[in-house]
Amino acid sequence: MSQTFHPSANGIARIMLFGLIVLVASSGYLIYQSGRSPYVTRAFEARQQPIQFSHERHVAGNGLDCRYCHTSAEAAAVAGIPPTKTCMNCHSQIHAGSPYLEPVRSSYANDVSIEWVKVHDLPDFVYFDHSIHLNKGVGCTTCHGQVDRMPLMWTVKSLQMEWCLDCHRAPEKYLRPREAVFRVDYQPPADQLALGSRLVRDYQVKSLTSCSTCHR
Amino acid sequence: MSDHHALDLASIRASLAGTSGAAYWRSLEELANTDAFQEYLHREFPEAASEFTDPVGRRQFLKLMGASLALAGVSACTKQPAEVIVPYVRAPEDIVPGRPLFFATAVTLGGYATGVLVESHEGRPTKVEGNPEHPASLGATDLFAQAQILALYDPDRSQTLKQQGDIRTWSAFLGALRGVVEAKRAGRGDGLRILTGTVTSPTLARQMAEFLAAFPAARWHQYEAAGRDSVRAGAQLAFGAVVDTRYAFDKARVVVSLDADFLGTMPGAVRYIRDFAAARRVRGESGGMARLYAVESAPGSTGAKADHRAALRPAEVETFARALAAALGVPGAARSSVPVAGQKMLEAAAQDLLASQGASIVVPGDEQPPAVHAVCHAINGFLGNTGVTVLHTDPVASAPLSQLQSLRELVDDIDGGKVDALLVLGGNPVYDAPSDFRFGEALKKVAFTARLGLYEDETSAACQWHIPEAHALEAWSDARAWDGTASIVQPLIAPLYGGRSAHDLLIGLSQAPGRSAHDVVRETWTRAAAAAGALDAEQYWRTALHDGVVKGSAFPLKTVAAGNVFAAIGPPSPGAAGLELVLRPDPTIGDGRFANLGWLQELPKPFTKLTWDNTVQLSPATAHRLGIRNEDVLEVAAGGRTVTGPAWIVPGQADDTVAVHLGYGRTRSGRVGDGVGFDAYRLRTSAGMWAAAGATVKATGRRARLASTQLHHDMDGRAIIRAGTLDQYRRHPHFVHEMEHEPPKTLTLYPAHAYEGYAWGMAIDLNACVGCNACVVACQSENNIPVVGREQVAKGREMHWLRVDTYYKGPAEAPEAYHQPVMCQHCENAPCEVVCPVAATVHSDEGLNDMVYNRCVGTRYCSNNCPYKVRRFNFLLYQDWETPSLKMARNPDVTVRSRGVMEKCTYCVQRITRAKIASEKEDRPVRDGEIVTACQQVCPAEAIVFGNINDPESRVSKLRAEALSYSLLGELNTRPRTTYLAALKNVNPVLAGTSGQHEEGEQK
Repeated sequence: MSQTFHPSANGIARIMLFGLIVLVASSGYLIYQSGRSPYVTRAFEARQQPIQFSHERHVAGNGLDCRYCHTSAEAAAVAGIPPTKTCMNCHSQIHAGSPYLEPVRSSYANDVSIEWVKVHDLPDFVYFDHSIHLNKGVGCTTCHGQVDRMPLMWTVKSLQMEWCLDCHRAPEKYLRPREAVFRVDYQPPADQLALGSRLVRDYQVKSLTSCSTCHR
Repeated sequence: MSDHHALDLASIRASLAGTSGAAYWRSLEELANTDAFQEYLHREFPEAASEFTDPVGRRQFLKLMGASLALAGVSACTKQPAEVIVPYVRAPEDIVPGRPLFFATAVTLGGYATGVLVESHEGRPTKVEGNPEHPASLGATDLFAQAQILALYDPDRSQTLKQQGDIRTWSAFLGALRGVVEAKRAGRGDGLRILTGTVTSPTLARQMAEFLAAFPAARWHQYEAAGRDSVRAGAQLAFGAVVDTRYAFDKARVVVSLDADFLGTMPGAVRYIRDFAAARRVRGESGGMARLYAVESAPGSTGAKADHRAALRPAEVETFARALAAALGVPGAARSSVPVAGQKMLEAAAQDLLASQGASIVVPGDEQPPAVHAVCHAINGFLGNTGVTVLHTDPVASAPLSQLQSLRELVDDIDGGKVDALLVLGGNPVYDAPSDFRFGEALKKVAFTARLGLYEDETSAACQWHIPEAHALEAWSDARAWDGTASIVQPLIAPLYGGRSAHDLLIGLSQAPGRSAHDVVRETWTRAAAAAGALDAEQYWRTALHDGVVKGSAFPLKTVAAGNVFAAIGPPSPGAAGLELVLRPDPTIGDGRFANLGWLQELPKPFTKLTWDNTVQLSPATAHRLGIRNEDVLEVAAGGRTVTGPAWIVPGQADDTVAVHLGYGRTRSGRVGDGVGFDAYRLRTSAGMWAAAGATVKATGRRARLASTQLHHDMDGRAIIRAGTLDQYRRHPHFVHEMEHEPPKTLTLYPAHAYEGYAWGMAIDLNACVGCNACVVACQSENNIPVVGREQVAKGREMHWLRVDTYYKGPAEAPEAYHQPVMCQHCENAPCEVVCPVAATVHSDEGLNDMVYNRCVGTRYCSNNCPYKVRRFNFLLYQDWETPSLKMARNPDVTVRSRGVMEKCTYCVQRITRAKIASEKEDRPVRDGEIVTACQQVCPAEAIVFGNINDPESRVSKLRAEALSYSLLGELNTRPRTTYLAALKNVNPVLAGTSGQHEEGEQK
């Protein structure tokens, strides 16, 4: 009797089986990676703001310290976006008539807050505390990147939990001395692990991986 | 429960008689062990709770499920939606986002203040806590103070000023008011009346005095539904002058309570609970224990704590008081020839009192007739308690008078056409005035009526003008506590709806209408600074404002002596036959002003554990005699008036009494309180404000469905409550550990975990807990716990993370009652952690059982495994996502849970984290007492203690080392971090071995 399947069916079946495994594995890998990709996390994507505030100009150009504007970073959980008054401290005098700064002036004059787009946005079920991180030697630029080279703000990390855990599980990889926390030009030394381990001991940094550390 | 058979008292008695040793029970149904009860028990959630029985709903549900399934795969890959940050334009000086500020103020109840510290996040108050420096609080509050946050943000609060339904402005009202008042000036104010509640505010008193000076023929009436007329009248009878009485329970060794719920509702109760707990504290070898004898009609917190209790009818309480005076030998007291109800206990109490002269207290209830108060004054004077444990001061209320008489005169004057203008400031007299006054009809006869109120309620409906009142947390004022200590009330937030305070109204009436309430309050205290000899008035004002207490403002003690009390009160009136009606303010709703607060409606009441309803309470014997079952709808008649309400049988209620609670049956309280329960005020007449004779009950044949949490989570046969007597403890301190066998620590398959660093634990002292429920409301406020409604509570889905269980012991007629707060025990060997398929509940390295809401998928296996049943599941979206004012009430440090996630007590991990971060920044360990959980903070009895069990010096470690310490269900090897200290009773050996420690009312 005639065969139902052509001999080529054997080859096709093998290729299909192999291809299925490759397809499942590769699509799994793609989904896995895409979840971390800058497409999803919006890393390196310059975010448009109502006023195109340039950290590059203000930090690198004018030498402002992070804490001049983000005043509560050392004191509280939230680092804070400066009130309009902080902008007007300088811009009532400098570039006082510039059309680019009209939204700032009108905010101040009309007592209407400026609505900034939140660039470093953790999910609402994450309770992050800035002050303890600064206290333990985590620098601003460690997480926020080279802010002094950003004409518009973008994230340089995924801000996903696995990234947080990377440091929480081994803080010695990223710590820096407390005096250097606010320096934008800080480069980790060659012996970061040795330095980090020493800091972990000196600053009594615990490797906090309990869920309630961040989730409550 | 779907069906109740009439409870067979005989079989209940038989089942209790057959047990030896401590047999605890939770409900009469458990004792009767009906089939329906067994069936109810074995399902964790009652019948029909798990079935989705609504057909249309099911179709919709499947549609949604289909759609959700399609979307499920996509949800993981979406980007987070963009959020905005909105900073200030000009940042206020002290506000740091994320760090709350605490402001000292005071909240009042019935006019009396309790000092509080209110937590404010970014300019809005979110939590009320006690002010440690205030004598009426010492850091604790009662449940009503905790619920004030919800009252502030209640969306049903009145928001607009109205004249007979039309919206008007404040200036329009003031214009009308001043027009009316000016027209009366020629007549010196004749026809002008102001009705308020009890006023202790020095500023308001000053403003009223100025007003009355300008209009001498005007009158100030007062009326408070749960008023203290008897206290004042009793003092007048005894001392010839009105004095306030307060008690120092920490100095007393013997206390006799004559239906005085001093551990519940009296002004100063928060302080009394603490003092009494201190007098009852037994630690190690040391510590005696004060002995409490209580006489009660309806079960209350005080009777539950009593070592000896008698359930007496209201008329019998006065007889008891007189007989006690006679037994003690108070001059003028006549001995009665027949034994009174509670005779044995009376004689033992008399002996104890005579042995503790100067260290005893006989305290009458606020609801008792003036004669009882007068007799108690005589007794305390005779025993030498006056000035030591019983303290007298000038009245704290600003213009003390008989409020009932004041209201009666007002109504009579209205009926006589003498009243042209009436201002009602606060209160709700149309709802809660005695029904024979017909106040609602009277109001309509007055030409000009204006009402200042938080809600557009029953009284506002009968008045022409309604002015929205500013809540206590929105307004400037001042108030005095029960000992006279003054506190300045400062606003935490600008009035949400443009509300005004009583001060604003009186300013509008005065010669200087442009001032603000802040100005007049400040003026009162800067003048007081000069009178107090302070050099800098501004500093005095700021210090008082900062501290929440005006130092040295407590009233000095007065020395008074009782005259011939028995001549003044005359002979006793003969008792009446038939049932006696007992009227009391509701333990969770108060006098009705809190009816619209969901937190309080859903709060299980102390003994009945009922929610969302009030009932007609009967004792088991009376119910059996009348053939009444639980949930039968009854018609209660007294004094020619009737109300209908569901019956509830309460063990410990006095026989032949019917108890109803006031505060329900509101018609215009808001969407939460309307139509809930029945209005017991209709039974209340001026002749019988708290008790009435000749009541009848009749079954209507209808049945109601009540939501009680008493029957949920029954834990049969195990040593859950452990209690004993002081004698037992002295002879055999470790008797608690013999009640159950705890397995050794090595009995586990899992490797031992060493907790270095902090190890959090909690100890709860059952001896101190009075079951006041303040902790439950505090937890609800702190942790954004939703209200679920009567239907869901009936299905066992109440969301309280902390519940207070009540257990009875002894005969059904007169049992002992014990309260036990139960929350997540944070077991080291947690049964819930090992069964979660998605690791949403895991153990932290400090011993906390963490609940991670974002991982939870709603399997509910953890709740299934939990032996304590403390895990609460969001079956539906119980949280209100939409209402803007309720969003402001929430604590931003705690996640607001959506449907489908499990939640439970976290040991206030947000407070732990806050303290740990603060301590790490300061390079020091967390100090003992730095972390105070919400329940611990608010507990008046200091019954809850939280701390680090790895620190041998911490309070919690020391409590765990006590002989009375035990773990709840420790025999299951869960190793809970929460431990309990057993309750003790200081039993009088003379009374021990009689029919239990308690006596029945009737000596037949």
